[in-house]
Amino acid sequence: MATEPSTAARRPKQANAHALSPARARRHFDQPVGWRLAARYALLVAISAIVLFPVYTTVVAAFKPGDKVFRNPLVPDAFTLDVFSSAWSSGNLAQYLLNSLIVAVVVTTAQVVTSVLSGYAFALLDFPGKNVCFALFVATLLVPLEATLVVNFDTIDSLGWINTYQGLAVPFLATAFGTFLVRQVFMTLPRDLRDAAAIDGVGHLGFLRHVAVPLVRPTLGALALFSFLSSWNQYLWPNLVINEDDRNTVQSGLRLLSKSNLDEPNLVMAGTVIAAIPIAVVLIVFQRQLVRGLTAGAVKG
Amino acid sequence: MTAVAVESHAPRPGDVRRPRRSPRWAEFPLAMGMLAPSAVILGVFILYPLGRAVWLGQQRCNTFGDVCRSNGFDQYVDLFRSVEFQNALVVTAKFALLTVPLGLALGVGLAVLADKYLRGLGVFRAIFSSTVATSVAVASLMWLFLLQPSVGALANVDFFNALFPSVKDPGWLQDPGTALTAVAMSSVWANLGFTFILVTAGLQSIPKDLHEAAAVDGAGGVRRFWSVTVPMLGPTLLFVLIVLTTRAFQTYGEIDLLTDGGPKPQDSTTTITYFVYGQNSPIRSDPGLQAGSAVLLFVILLALSALQLRGIGRRIHYGD
Repeated sequence: MATEPSTAARRPKQANAHALSPARARRHFDQPVGWRLAARYALLVAISAIVLFPVYTTVVAAFKPGDKVFRNPLVPDAFTLDVFSSAWSSGNLAQYLLNSLIVAVVVTTAQVVTSVLSGYAFALLDFPGKNVCFALFVATLLVPLEATLVVNFDTIDSLGWINTYQGLAVPFLATAFGTFLVRQVFMTLPRDLRDAAAIDGVGHLGFLRHVAVPLVRPTLGALALFSFLSSWNQYLWPNLVINEDDRNTVQSGLRLLSKSNLDEPNLVMAGTVIAAIPIAVVLIVFQRQLVRGLTAGAVKG
Repeated sequence: MTAVAVESHAPRPGDVRRPRRSPRWAEFPLAMGMLAPSAVILGVFILYPLGRAVWLGQQRCNTFGDVCRSNGFDQYVDLFRSVEFQNALVVTAKFALLTVPLGLALGVGLAVLADKYLRGLGVFRAIFSSTVATSVAVASLMWLFLLQPSVGALANVDFFNALFPSVKDPGWLQDPGTALTAVAMSSVWANLGFTFILVTAGLQSIPKDLHEAAAVDGAGGVRRFWSVTVPMLGPTLLFVLIVLTTRAFQTYGEIDLLTDGGPKPQDSTTTITYFVYGQNSPIRSDPGLQAGSAVLLFVILLALSALQLRGIGRRIHYGD
C-alpha cells in the first residue's frame, strides 16, 4: 500500500490548480505524482506480468512443435499451427464444445424461466404456506453441491441418464439463488403498476410477460450470464455422469486430454487455449452483466 | 380475482408493498403452478439427496458397494474420528488457510492499487480481472504445465532452476512438503479475478467525500485505508471471505488435475471433496462412507459460514 503522508500539505496547491484549469481533466486529490507515480506504474506492470505469466507460457507452448517445447519455454522461437489442429482432431474438442454449449444454453434458459416464475409467485402473489415455501427454497442455498452429488448420481443412474444431456442438465434447471434474485427485483416494482394492470383486466401471467419481465431485463441478463458460466464451468458433475467420449463437456474433455497426453504438454496447452477462448469472448461481450452477476451470484459461489 | 386484489389495497393506500393480509386461496393454484418447476427440481436434486445422504451416511456397504446395512448413526462419529477423514479435514483447513487470507489480501491490494486516477488503468483492471474467465480445468492445466518437473515450463528455465532446484527434482507437485502450497498458488491465481472484480465494485461505491474529508483532517494513505476503505468495504469483504472459504472447502478440480490427492502415501492434497469423489480415494466404492463424508462437509461448511457471519458480520457497518 503506497502511502501519501504529505497529502494534507499538498492539498491547497492542488485545489488551486484545479480552479485554474477546469477544462483539463480534473486531478483527484490523492492522485500520485512524480516518483510515486512511476513507482505505482512499475508495481502495476510487475504484478500484471506475474498474473499473465501462466497464460503467456501456455500460449507460447501451444504454438510450438513437439521437439521445441521443452527448450526455452519462455521464448516463442518456433511457430506452428499443427498442434492446434491435432489437438482439435485428436481431442474431439469440437464435440466437447458443442456438448457444453447445448447443456449451458438449456440450463441458462431453464434457470431464467423457472426463476422468473417462482420469483414472481413469491413477490407478487399471496397464498397460504408462502413463508414455509420460501424458507424451504432459501434452505437449499445452504446445501453445497458436493453434499448432494453422491445421491444425485444414483438418481440419474436409475433414470438411465448416464452419458446423456439430460443427465448433465436436469439437476440444474432451477436454482433458489435465481428465485431469490428475481423475487428481490420484482419486489421493487411499484404495487400501483400491478393494480393499474389489474384494473385494465390484465391477469398475472399477462402482467408478468408484458410489464414485469421487460422492466427487470438487466437483472435477468446478469442471472443468465451467471447461470451460463456456472453451467459451462461445472467440473465434478460431468466427470461423474459421463464416461463416453462423445458426451464429454469441455471441462471433462480437457481432463481426458490432459490425463491421456501427459508427455505432450503443447497438445494439452493448445486444447486449453481452445477451451478458454469461448468464455473469454462471452465475458468481453457481456462485461457489464459480469460485475452485477458476480456481486449477486457469489452468494452461491 | 383481480378486482378483489385491487379492493383489498384500497383501504390502505400508504401501505404500498406487500400489505399484510390474511392468506387467501384465490391465488393458490396459480402460485403452485408457478412454483412447481423450481420446487420439483430443488426437491428432487437438493432436498431429497441431502436427506437421503444423511440416511446413507449411517450405512456400511460391502466391498462392491451394492449390499449395505444400517450401522447406526455412531458411524458419523467413527467416520469423523477416522485417520483418513481427519487427514482430509486437516489438508482442507490448511488449504483454506493458504488460499483465503492471501487471496483476500491480494484482491484488496490490487483493487486499491488500481483504483487511483491513472492513465491506462483500464488495461490493468482488465488484466487483474482476466483470471475470472478461466474454468477450474483451464486454470489447473496452465499451472500443471508450469509446474511439471520434466516437461513443465519452470523446470526448463535455467535461472529459475538454479534458484529453486526442487522445481525439477522432485517437482513442487510431487514433493509432499510443497504439493499443497503449489496447488494453493494455482487456486489463488484462479480466484484473483473474482476477488478483484468484487472489491473494485465495492471501492467504487465508497463516496469520494469520505476520503477527501479524512485527508482534510490529516489522514495519510495508510490511515485512510484502515479507517475509511476497510470499514466501508466491510460487507463486500465478509461476502468474499465466505465465498472464498466455501470454495476452498469444495476444492476438487485442482486436486484432480494437479496431484490426484497425492503425493502418496501421505495423501498430502486429499481434500474432503476429493476424499468423497476422487478416483484414488480409499472410500471410492463405499456409498455409505461417501454420503457420510459429504454430510460432514455440509455440516462443517454450515458451521464455518455461521461463525464468520456472527464473528465478523456483527462488527460490520452496513450503511443506511
